[in-house]
Amino acid sequence: MARLIAKTPAEGLLPVEVAGVRLSEVDPGGLTSVAALGGADIGAALKAATGASLPGPGATTTGRGGARVVWFGVRHVLVMGPPVAALDGAAVTDQSDAWCTLRLDGAGARDVLARLTPLDLRPSSFAEGATARTLLGHMQASITRVEDDAYLILVFRSMAKTAVHEITEAMESRAARLRLT
Amino acid sequence: MRVEGYGLVDRARPVRFSFDGQGHEGFAGDTLASALLAGGMRLMGRSFKYHRPRGVFTCGSEEPSALMTVGDTPNVRATVQEVFAGLEARSQNAWPSLKWDALEVNDLLSPFLGAGFYYKTFMGPHRLWERLFEPVIRRAAGLGALSGARDAARYEKAFAHCDLLVIGAGPAGLMAALVAARSGAEVILADEGARMGGRMLLEDEEVGGLPGTLWADEVLAELAALPNVRLMPRTTVTGAYDHGTYGALERVALHLPDGDAPRECFWRIVARRAVLAAGAIERPIAHPGNDRPGVMLAGAVRGYLHRYGVAAGKRVVVFANNDDAHRTVQDLHAAGVRVAAVVDSRPEVPRDAPWPVHAGAVVAATRGRLGLEAVQVRGAGREIWIEADCLAVSGGWNPALHLTSHMGARPVWNEAIAAFVPLPGAVPGLEAAGAAAGVMDTAGCLADGLRAGKAALKALGRRTKAVSLPEAVAEVGGIDAFWQVQAKGRAWLDLQNDVTTKDVALAAQENFRSVEHMKRYTTQGMATDQGKTSNVTALAVLADATGRSIPATGTTTFRPPYTPVSIAAMGAGALGDGFAPQRFTTSDSAARQRGAPMIEAGLWYRPSYFPAPGEATWREASDREVGMVRQAVGVTDVSTLGKIDVQGRDAGRFLDFVYTGRMSTLKPGRVRYGLMLREDGHVMDDGTAARLNDGHYLITTTTAAAGQVMQHLDFVAQVLRPDLDVSLMSVTEQWAQFAVAGPRALELVNAVTDAEITDAEWPFMSCGAVPVAGVAGRLFRISFSGERGYEIAVPARYGESLWRLLVAQAEMLGGGPYGMEALNVLRIEKGFLTHAELHGRTTAFDLGMQGMLKSEGDFIGKAGAARPGLLADDREQLVGLRPVGAVKQLLAGAHLFEAGAEAVRENSQGYVTSAGYSPTLQSYLGLAFLKGGRARLGETVRMVDHLRSVQTLCEVVAPQVFDAGGGRMRG
Repeated sequence: MARLIAKTPAEGLLPVEVAGVRLSEVDPGGLTSVAALGGADIGAALKAATGASLPGPGATTTGRGGARVVWFGVRHVLVMGPPVAALDGAAVTDQSDAWCTLRLDGAGARDVLARLTPLDLRPSSFAEGATARTLLGHMQASITRVEDDAYLILVFRSMAKTAVHEITEAMESRAARLRLT
Repeated sequence: MRVEGYGLVDRARPVRFSFDGQGHEGFAGDTLASALLAGGMRLMGRSFKYHRPRGVFTCGSEEPSALMTVGDTPNVRATVQEVFAGLEARSQNAWPSLKWDALEVNDLLSPFLGAGFYYKTFMGPHRLWERLFEPVIRRAAGLGALSGARDAARYEKAFAHCDLLVIGAGPAGLMAALVAARSGAEVILADEGARMGGRMLLEDEEVGGLPGTLWADEVLAELAALPNVRLMPRTTVTGAYDHGTYGALERVALHLPDGDAPRECFWRIVARRAVLAAGAIERPIAHPGNDRPGVMLAGAVRGYLHRYGVAAGKRVVVFANNDDAHRTVQDLHAAGVRVAAVVDSRPEVPRDAPWPVHAGAVVAATRGRLGLEAVQVRGAGREIWIEADCLAVSGGWNPALHLTSHMGARPVWNEAIAAFVPLPGAVPGLEAAGAAAGVMDTAGCLADGLRAGKAALKALGRRTKAVSLPEAVAEVGGIDAFWQVQAKGRAWLDLQNDVTTKDVALAAQENFRSVEHMKRYTTQGMATDQGKTSNVTALAVLADATGRSIPATGTTTFRPPYTPVSIAAMGAGALGDGFAPQRFTTSDSAARQRGAPMIEAGLWYRPSYFPAPGEATWREASDREVGMVRQAVGVTDVSTLGKIDVQGRDAGRFLDFVYTGRMSTLKPGRVRYGLMLREDGHVMDDGTAARLNDGHYLITTTTAAAGQVMQHLDFVAQVLRPDLDVSLMSVTEQWAQFAVAGPRALELVNAVTDAEITDAEWPFMSCGAVPVAGVAGRLFRISFSGERGYEIAVPARYGESLWRLLVAQAEMLGGGPYGMEALNVLRIEKGFLTHAELHGRTTAFDLGMQGMLKSEGDFIGKAGAARPGLLADDREQLVGLRPVGAVKQLLAGAHLFEAGAEAVRENSQGYVTSAGYSPTLQSYLGLAFLKGGRARLGETVRMVDHLRSVQTLCEVVAPQVFDAGGGRMRG
C-alpha cells in the first residue's frame, strides 16, 4: 500500500540569509486552535493539558514539551507544540497544516519587518513574548517576538511562497541600503 | 559664480553631470540648481502655458520654475536634486531647444490665452474639442512627460513609530528634538534636506557663540549618538492623517547613480506627538516682468551664497517691503558681490549705505530676453533703468503651515507679520513651532522649539531634563504689507501655471470672487508646487480686486501631499508578483509539471486544463476531460473552497439561522446542500454542511465567497446571536481536498483508502473519517459534476502526495486530472450554480430554489426574500439555453431578445451567465436569466452579443439538461 509523503509549506524555499538576517522555516510540532465555548473558563483545563497558563491579549505563555500558547483572537489561542486532542469547554481544531511557520532572526530582523507590517515593533511596545495578529504586506499574519532579535511569523500555508518573496525582498532592500553607507 | 570662502560644498570633490547634453561641473553637496547657477546658467526651463524662459526662483522644495527631467523622472525640482557623477538632466516644455522654443509664439498670443480662455473659446462641437482642441492644447502646454517605459527601479515602503515626530531640523526643530531626546522620549527627526540644519545652513548667524551651522552640527551629533533618536534626512513629511499617522517620503538613493538600493521609501510614521518646525517660505512681490531668469527670492539669493558659495548674479538689485531682505544686501556686499540698488517700497528706510537706496520706490519693469538685463525703478516721480543680472525680491515670509490644514482647518491671519499662521489644535497631537508658527527671529525660534518640545513631553507624561537656550539674533525685522506694483505689463503670481495679477482680477470681474473659485478659474496654486510661493500674494490681489480685507477673503487650504510623492513609492513592492498575495494549492507544482495553464480564482491559482499530447487547443483538452469524467473517472483539486469548522452546543441552531434549510436535523455522518441569504433576501452563497458528529459541523463555501461568508458568520455569532454557544474556525488551509468523479470513482477511492468503501456504508450525501494511505483523512460523498462523486480530504502536508497518487491511479482506470474548463462544462450540463449565477442580485426564487426556504423558524434573509417585488412573475429567472439555428455558439454576457425584436437595451429580456460546449450532448449549452423564464420553456429567443458580433437563436430549456433525475450521482 502506498504511503503519503509529507511536505512542509515552504519546502525548497528556505533558509535564506541576507546581510545578517536569516529567514527559515520551523516545525512547530503541531498547531492546535483552542477557542473557549459559551463563556467557559478554560484556564485550568489548558494548564492541565499543556502546562501553560492562558495568555491575555497580545501575550504568549510557555508550557511542557516546548509548548507555546499564543493569543490568537478573542477567546482564542493557538497552542504551538505537542497537539492537544480535546479540552473541556473549548472547541479544539487541528491547524498543524494550515499555517506556514517562519522564523526571522538576526540583528536587523526588526528593520526587515518594519518594511512589511504596521505593527509597532519597538521593544517598549513589543517585548519578548509579545504577539499580534497583524498584516505582513497584504497577508494576514501572526507575529510573535520570541527572542531579542527573533520573530515567529505565521502566514496561511497557501501564501508561503508570497511570504518568502516579500520578506526576502525586504531583506534585500535593507541590505542594499546598508551598502549605501 | 562661486565665491571664495563661502559655502558648505566640498570643493575637493568635483562632480561632472550634464544638462541638455552639455557637460557641467559642480561639487559634492551641490544641487542641480546651485551647480548650474555657479556655472552662470540662468535659463533652466520654459513656462507651462506661454513658454516663457524661466530660471530658478527659490533654493528649496517650494521651487515653481526650475523643473527638469532627470533620467526618466519628469518634474524634478533642480533645487532639491543633488548632483552626482553622471547625472543627466534635461529641460522640459521646450522645442527644438531651450533657447529657441517654437511655442514661444504662445506668449505673443497671451492676450487671447488668459484665465478661462478655453472655456470661452472652444465652445464648438464637442467632437472638435476631443479631436482637435484638447490634443493641441495638451501638446502646447505642460510640464515634463512620462517616458512610457516601465520603472524597473526598486522602491520601498516602511513603517516607523515614535513618541515624538519633529518635522524640520532648523533651530526650532533641533531644540524640540534635543529636549525630548535628552528626556528619554523616542524621537524621530525628519528633514527634507540632505543636510540637517534648516535655515541655519542658509544664513550667516551665530547661535550659542558658534556659527549657526556648527551649532546645528553639534546638536545633531549629540542626537545621532542617542539610542532613542532616529534622524531621517532627505525625508519630507508629506501628510498628516488620523490617529497621529504621518506620511513621509525619503529620497533614499536619488542623490546617487541608479543601483540596487531603493530610490525612495514611503514611510508611514505613527507618532504620539508631533512638532511642526517646517520653517517659512518667502513670497515675492508681483511686479511687471518678474518672471525672467535672474529674478529670485531674496532669501534664496542669500541662501545660495551661504550654502553653496554661489553668487546668483554679478550686479544685484534687491526689491523688498521688509527688513529681512536687507540682510541679503549686507551679505552680498560682504561677499564682494556688487549691489546695484536697493529698492524698498517703504518710505522710511535708512539711506546711509554704501549702495544706492531707493525708498518708497518699486520695480516697475524688467528687460532681457533669456535672462534679466535691467530693471526699471520707479519712485519719487521718476523712472530709471538700472542694469542688473539678478533681482532679489522679498514680499515677506509665509509660515510653512501646510500640514496643519491636512484635516481641514483653515489658517488664521496675523497682521503683525502679514501672514497666515496655523490654527492651534488643527491637527490633534501636532503643534507648530518656530517660523512655521509665525516666530520669525532665530532666538524666538530656538525658544519656541524648546517650548514645544517641553509641551510634547508633558503630554507624553515625561519629566523634562534641563536644556539651556543658546543665544542668538533676536531682531524681528519690520514689514509693511505690499503685494503688487501697479504698472503696465504682466505681473506674475504663479510662475508654474503662468497666472498673472490680471488673471486674478479677471476672475473677480467674472464673479469668481471666492478664493476657491479664483483658484479653479485661474489654476493658481495647482500642479507640482501647489502654489507655495504664490498663494498668499494671489489672494491678497483678489482681496484688492474685490475690495475686501485679506481675512475676509480667506485662504485656500492644503491637502496632502506637501510635496509630490511618486506613485512608484506609494505602490512600492506591488509590481509583478508583489501585486497581491498568490495562493497555491498543494497540487500546484504537480499541475504545472503537466503543463496545465493556471487561471486566477480570487487569489488562488487553479489549473485551467491538462493538455495531452496531440491536443492543439484548450477545447480539445476540455472535451476529453469532460468525457473522461462522464465515462471513467476524473480528479480535480477543490481545496480552494472555503471550509469552516462549526462547533458548540448550539452549532445546529446557529446553522439553521444562517442557512435557508434546516441543518440541526442532519444526522451525524450526513451532508446537506445549503443556501445562505443576505439580510436583503438575495443569495449570498451556496455550499454543503457536513455533520461530523453531534456538536461538530464542517461547512463549505464557494472559493470566491470564502472570506465573505467567514466574515458574515463571525458577525452573526458575535452580534446577532451572541446567545448561541458556537465557535467558528476556518480550516480551508488545513485540508487538501480532491474531488473524484465518474462511473469508476468508487474504484479509485478504494485504491487509495485503507478501509473498504461500499455503497451500503457510503450512500450519496454521506461523510466520515477514513484512513487514506496511512493518514487520517475524511471522505464526503458529494458531486458537482452529476456523476458518482467523492471528495477526499487529508491534512495539507500530504496534499501533493495524495494528488499524485490519485492521478496515477485514475490513469490506470482510464481517467486522469481535469481542470476548471471541464469542471465548468460538467456543472453547466447539470445546471449547478457558481457565482456567475449567484452574483448578488439573484434570489432563491430567481434560481428556482424557492422550495429551499424553510417555512418554520427564522433565518437570515427570510423576511427580505418574501418582499413582493422579489417574487414577481416577470423577474428574470434561471433557464437553460440550447442553440437551434444555424449559429451554434453561446456566449456568457450576451443579452436575450424576443426572436423578432430589435436588439436594443429597452428590449432586453435577460442575459447569459454561463456557457460552454458540451461534448456529452454535442451542443453548446448556456445558463441564463430570462424574464418569466420558467414559463417560457420551449420558446425561441435570440442571443445577441454586440461586443463579439454573435447572434444565435436558442431554445429555452430547463437548467438541468443532463441526467435530470440525478440517477448517475446517486448511484
